[in-house]
Amino acid sequence: MNPYKNRGDKPTKTGFAEGLLEAGLRNPQVVCLGADITTSVGCNLFAETLPHRFISLGIAEQNCVGVAAGLALEGKTPVFSTYGVFAALRTTDQIRISVCYNNLHVVIGGAHAGVSVGPDGATHQALEDIAVMRVLPGMTVLSPCDAMQTRVATLAAIEQCNGPVYIRFGREAMPDFTSDIMDFTIGKSQILRAGNDLTIIATGHMVWEALQAAEILETSGIGARVINMHTIKPIDRDAIILAAGETGAIVTAEEHQIIGGLGSAVAEVVVQHHPVPMAFAGMQDHFGESGEPRQLMEKYGMTARAIVEAGLTVIKFKMQIAKCN
Amino acid sequence: MHSWQSTDPVRLKEIAAGIRKSVVVMLAGAGSGHLGGSLGLADIFTTLYFSVLNHDPVQPSWSGRDRVVLSIGHVAPVLYATLAHAGYFPLNELKTLRKLGSRLQGHPGRDHGLPGIELSAGSLGQGLSVAVGMAIAAKMDRKNHSIYSIHGDVELQEGSVREAALSASHYKLDNLVAIVDRNGLQIDGKTEDVMKLEPLAEKWRSFGWQVLNCDGNDIDQLLDVFAKAQISQNAPSVIIAKTLMGKGIRSIEGDYHWHGKVPTTEQALEFLEQLR
Repeated sequence: MNPYKNRGDKPTKTGFAEGLLEAGLRNPQVVCLGADITTSVGCNLFAETLPHRFISLGIAEQNCVGVAAGLALEGKTPVFSTYGVFAALRTTDQIRISVCYNNLHVVIGGAHAGVSVGPDGATHQALEDIAVMRVLPGMTVLSPCDAMQTRVATLAAIEQCNGPVYIRFGREAMPDFTSDIMDFTIGKSQILRAGNDLTIIATGHMVWEALQAAEILETSGIGARVINMHTIKPIDRDAIILAAGETGAIVTAEEHQIIGGLGSAVAEVVVQHHPVPMAFAGMQDHFGESGEPRQLMEKYGMTARAIVEAGLTVIKFKMQIAKCN
Repeated sequence: MHSWQSTDPVRLKEIAAGIRKSVVVMLAGAGSGHLGGSLGLADIFTTLYFSVLNHDPVQPSWSGRDRVVLSIGHVAPVLYATLAHAGYFPLNELKTLRKLGSRLQGHPGRDHGLPGIELSAGSLGQGLSVAVGMAIAAKMDRKNHSIYSIHGDVELQEGSVREAALSASHYKLDNLVAIVDRNGLQIDGKTEDVMKLEPLAEKWRSFGWQVLNCDGNDIDQLLDVFAKAQISQNAPSVIIAKTLMGKGIRSIEGDYHWHGKVPTTEQALEFLEQLR
């Protein structure tokens, strides 16, 4: 039974907008940098309420990152948001050197994460940002699962971190189901559902899908543990190792390429500490395309159904291994 | 102005000669690095640190200091030599350049603990954006210090510099002075053959900057343009400083092969003779 109730679909970017504003109201050093798409990426509340701390820099993302670094060196806490494809990829050199190598507290919001971006199509669907951001030394990578958690995660990124942070969130209204009494700690995942036959480790929009998948698997007598891995880096190694040990099979689910993202990050831990069969639900090394968000998620295997299929695959592997032993 | 700073060009020339000697010795000892550009910039660095800048070597993080962002990290040797001569750290530490565990990284690294480094840098085209961020912060906080950023002419081939240049004049950052080391040379040859930059002054002017041209190896001219840059109102300034790569060592002046080369011990001794 899924104990989580959807309060009503809400885009995760509204969580970012609310968290950013709250942080700005609490701390006069928080500044926000805009790259021309203020409302689209959740900086509008901040820009309207604190205009003297909103710095518009136009469609110049590399400059935005460098300016953020300069502001951070002077004691400000800069938050820069644009579409994830540009925030993480166009700017990688600047993030790598000016921000990460200088270990500066800069928060980068990657909007329009995943295929659920919809009709804009491939160029605007961020599917590689987790892979590129997590490989940078010193970077913290956050991927909250709903609007409520995005607000909490944004506040944590701005107020608790000391170095660079990348936080990704989506465009489309999606189930909003977490509670703010749930403990949110960067680096510590959340077990949303208990189970001992396999573990589904999901992130972002795929967490809700994972909960649906677990219910479906239940009807086949398979008890799936569901873990919300909201922090991709530093990843919660302990929870992964425990899950591998206690359930013996892991499925990962992300709105991202299966190369280099959450799946790979989990596999790095599993392979080194407690090898078990794994399957990755996510974008299978493909660009997205235009379509309605739900259609795209169905087509490209980022739904509960895809997770269920992956789950049945790893259960089969698990049983084969058990037979051999 | 500190007592050890000066407006006397003769005194400043002496200091520049001392910095050049340190650069030659450092690089011969390190076995790798960039001699040509470091020598070419010695007069600019001398004028900045020993005359123009409001700073305190004993308090490298003093909040009222003028900031210097070295965007062309590869000329770290002249930065290090200048900082040492100004008293930021002991002169004998210069010989540790590029060695494992040294605070003097091949390209400046802030986290290695060397005082006086504003930014870890080495990838061309990023420093002006950082300088813009610092200048915006100063305006927001109503601070009066200046930000100087140092660039290679070659670096201007990177598009990201133009993004920064647009934003600097948009925000009327008259507390920002960019210095372009216009030596006309790059690794593959002359800039005007590889990817032409002229008309350079017009490009900056069209971006809304006050442009000041000078001979970057003439300390009198440098003092003059820095003074003009300081009184700029409502616009950032760029000093396009024509320099000679390898300046001070006649046998290598203007030779682009010395961009990424260092002298052998024998050559270093010969170069030190020429610097007398």
